Parts: sequence; C-alpha cells; structure tokens
Amino acid sequence: MNPRLPLTLAVCLGILLGAGAATFRYAEGFSYFSNDPQACANCHVMREYLDSWQKSSHHTRAVCNDCHVPHELVPKLVTKAENGWNHSRKFTLQNYPEALRITPHNADRLQHGCLSCHEDLTSDIRDAARPGGSVHATDITCARCHADAGHGPRR
Amino acid sequence: MSQRAKYLLAIAATAVATFAVVMLLLNIAQRKVEAKQTHFELVKLTEDTVDPKLWGENFPSQYDGYRRTVDTERTRYGGSEAFSRLDADPRLKRIFAGYAFALEYTEDRGHAYSLRDQDSTARVRERPQPGSCLQCHASVIPAYRKAGGGDVMRGFEIVSAMPWVDARKLVEHPVACIDCHDPATMALRVTRPGFLNAYRGYMTTKGVADYDPNTMATRQEMRSFVCGQCHVEYYFRKPDQVVVYPWSRGLRIDDEEAHYDSLRFSDWVHAETGAGVLKAQHPEFEMWNQGVHARSGVACADCHMPYMRQGAIKISDHHVRSPLLNVDRACLVCHSFPAEEMKARAQTIQDRNAALLSRAEDALVGLFDAVKAAKTAGADSVALAAAGRLQRRAQFRAAYVNAENSMGFHAPQEAARILGEAIDYARQGEIEALRVARTRRP
Repeated sequence: MNPRLPLTLAVCLGILLGAGAATFRYAEGFSYFSNDPQACANCHVMREYLDSWQKSSHHTRAVCNDCHVPHELVPKLVTKAENGWNHSRKFTLQNYPEALRITPHNADRLQHGCLSCHEDLTSDIRDAARPGGSVHATDITCARCHADAGHGPRR
Repeated sequence: MSQRAKYLLAIAATAVATFAVVMLLLNIAQRKVEAKQTHFELVKLTEDTVDPKLWGENFPSQYDGYRRTVDTERTRYGGSEAFSRLDADPRLKRIFAGYAFALEYTEDRGHAYSLRDQDSTARVRERPQPGSCLQCHASVIPAYRKAGGGDVMRGFEIVSAMPWVDARKLVEHPVACIDCHDPATMALRVTRPGFLNAYRGYMTTKGVADYDPNTMATRQEMRSFVCGQCHVEYYFRKPDQVVVYPWSRGLRIDDEEAHYDSLRFSDWVHAETGAGVLKAQHPEFEMWNQGVHARSGVACADCHMPYMRQGAIKISDHHVRSPLLNVDRACLVCHSFPAEEMKARAQTIQDRNAALLSRAEDALVGLFDAVKAAKTAGADSVALAAAGRLQRRAQFRAAYVNAENSMGFHAPQEAARILGEAIDYARQGEIEALRVARTRRP
C-alpha cells in the first residue's frame, strides 16, 4: 500500500470540512441557533411572514421562536433541525406550494406556544371546548380565530 | 477489499460529498444574488418602446408569463378558447338580431390575441368600424401621441374618428407592457384616455375634482385600475366616435343605463321588435366594484395575476387568466381552505348565475315572440312603445351579466339582482305586448 494514501485522504477530508464550514458560515448557519427573527427570513420565502409579524400585536412581546418552537432545550433543537431540514430541502429544490400552510405537527407546537403565556387566562375556554364540554370542538386552536395575533392583518 | 481499495473508495466518497457541498454553496450564492438584484437593464426602454419583446430582455420572467396568454384553456363557462357563443347559446342570435354580434360572437382569448382577433372578427370585417376599437385592442398610445402632434388626448380623438382600416395601419402590437407600466420606473400607470376621462368624471360625482389615478391612486387601486382601463362598459360617442365609458352618474348598471337614457342613446334597433336597445360590452371593472372582493380591498391583479416565487424573488404572474385555472395561488393565499373547496364555491356561484341568466334569456325570447304576434295582429310601433322600453331595460341587463366575464362571480348578489330585474322587465314587456295584441283582435 502506498504510505501516502492516508495523508491524501486526510487532505480530502480537510477540504470537505473546510468547504462545509465555509458554506455553513456563508449560509449564516449560526444564526439558526439564535432567537433572532431575521434568521427566519434568511431564505427569502419567509420575508412576508417576518413583515406581517412586525405589523402584529405580538411583535413587541414575542419573536418567531416564542410561538413556533418549544422552549425546552431538546424539543427546541429537534424542532429547529426538523424544520430546518424540510425548509432548506424544499427551498433548494424549489419544490413547495405557493400558499404555505402550517403542518399539523407545527400547528400543535404553535398551540403550545400560545398556552405558554395564555394558559391560565384561557382555561375556561379550553375546558368548554373539550369533548363533553359545552362546545364540542376538539380541533379548535387559538390561531383558528386569532389568526391575526401573530401575523398582522391578512392581505 | 484491500486496504488500498478502501482508501480509494473513501476518497471518492469525500469527493462526492465535497462536490455536493460546493453545489449547495453556489445555490445559496445564487439565491442571495437574486434577492439583491431583481433585474438587469439590457435594453433602454422609452415611451416609444412598444414591442413587448424588448421589455422582455429586461424582464424575462414577466415576459414569459405575458407570452403564455396565448394559452387556450376552457373553464366551465369561459376561459380562453375562442368558441362561438352563438352556437353555445342560439338564443343570442335572436337577442342580438340586427346587430353585428349576431354575425359573430366569440369567447375572447388572452391578451396576446387582442389585436389579431380584432383583425379577424366578422364584426370588423363585414361592418365598417371606427378607429376607436384600437384604444383597447392595440398598444396604441405612441400612435396617439404621433397623430396628436405630441398630445395623446388629441391623437386619441383623431384616431378614433378614422375608419378602422386606416387606423389599424398605425399600430403593430396587441395590449403590451407599455400600456400598464412606466418604461422608466416600471410603476403601474393608466394610459387609456377613455378611462382617464370617465374616472375623472365619476370622481366629480364623489366631490373630487381633477382626479388623476396616476398621481392620486394607491398602488393597490392601480392594481385594479390598469385592468379597468379596458375591461369596462363603453360606447362610441356620436358623431365623433370617441370611446366613452358611461360613468357620468356612477359605476352601477343603473347609473350607466341612466347615462344612456339621458342621451337617448341606443346601440342598435332590434330587428325583430324595432325597439332601440343596448348591448353591454364587458363590464368586469364595474361588476367587481359591486362585490365583496372589491369591498375588502382585493384588486384584479391579486387573483388574475397572483404573486409567484421564482428562486429568491417574487413576481406578479403576467399570465393573466381565469383564477379557476390557478386556484392554488389565486385563492389560497387569503382563504384557508383546500383548492377543491374554493373552486367548488366559485363554480356554485357560477352555476346559479348561469341558471338565472338562462331564465332571463328565455324571458327575452318570450317577449320577442309576443311583440311579433302583436305586430302580426296589426299593432304599430306607437302601440308597442311601452313594450319596447321594457325590452330595452331587460335586454341591457341580461346582456350585462352575459358579457361580464365572470359568470356572476365578481359580484354574485349584484348579478342576481340584475338578472331578477331582467326577467321581471322582460315578462312585463311580454304581458304588455299580449295586452296590445288582444286590443287589436277583432
């Protein structure tokens, strides 16, 4: 065996790591670990959502992550990784519908986001909406009616 | 596997991974550049650049969409395929008896055909028409400016008064970029003199003097006004043939009818009944103005030219077409329902409107039969004057909803109100004609 092969391989790996690191930095990869709403609009598609959030009642009190991402460390990283993978895959391959819709899983996370601040205030409403409660509607989330709370008036 | 082969395989795998990373890097870089610079000016566009192809050099995505208006795709009631409406609904031959629309009445095609289809229609080939038609069928403003010695408004009057065959030689392109965009800034603008005159007049009724949409309208209003330049009811003023939109009293059908009545204007004399009647053209702008979308601030362009993303940028889809062919982008951006649900809602409105329109046309034909019978019984035009006035009302209303290119969708309740009145006036006219006939019988 040529004794130089391990060295060659090490150089190759180094190039890969370097290119990967450069790409990560150029794509502002570290911003995704932050809480900064600008990071969500890095890939341009979210520009409208960032704009409409700035026009919403919540923009002084809550950023994207407060509502859309769990607050505990591990679920937070899982959510960011899962959505990060889905978003970058779809944006890179340009394969997504024009009218964006929240996925059921993310809607669930959003509902928890609402409750993380408004849980006590809304307990009566939520009790009434449970099966057997006075209003039988298990799929009613806060955002179903308060659609403008986080993202300004819809156009 | 030898150790050497393992190493070579590892190198190959690293190479593939590095290749993928670099490709991703290039993709990200491309998106970043797209977001920074949205267009490149390759051609200097001026007020005389009529050819949309040259605009397409600077705006290839928008031009690509514009070119797609050559599509021919039918929807349930319309679309962009040139089918004969006279064959689809033979009652129209009697309704338009004595008028050029009884010769040929074809479903309109996309913007790309606006001039070509005017060249070929029997209404222009077999009946002499004035140059007025070109106001909306051609990219005509530079020709107006030339004819008017620099004054577009004067050129508009001169060209409108010319015979169509002569005026046609002054223009080359169908509706194009320059008709809605300022070549220097790309800002939306209204260029058609007919709209500028009529809307200024309409705004005086609202207490606003000297209204000019190009300086006083919001951007969202402009996203409807540019369409409303042409998608309106109009007539050629006599004797100078200038295109006028009948908005002196307002934008509703009742206001337009009052405008015509005050001038004793008729489009033609009905060949079966002898009544002076009106045909509405394509009052999309007026009908939309009566609907809930207009009331909610939704512009024509929001549904007919919805935004589409291309890489990192967002453009208006210049493939102007029925939103029914593009429900996803046209409706779902505002409505949180599946596309099938939104399409079903729109088509339910259209089905109901079509059924009501059909009844209105049946009522009109019933009126024609009754008037003809009264004539056979010896009634003259004086005795049938009242029936004729009712026919005029019924006929304008039925034609209004028929010619309006949304099958009622732009303002469902208004369309139903108009058709309800059309049916009532037609049956009243029929009763009147039957009464006249009875008095003539021995």
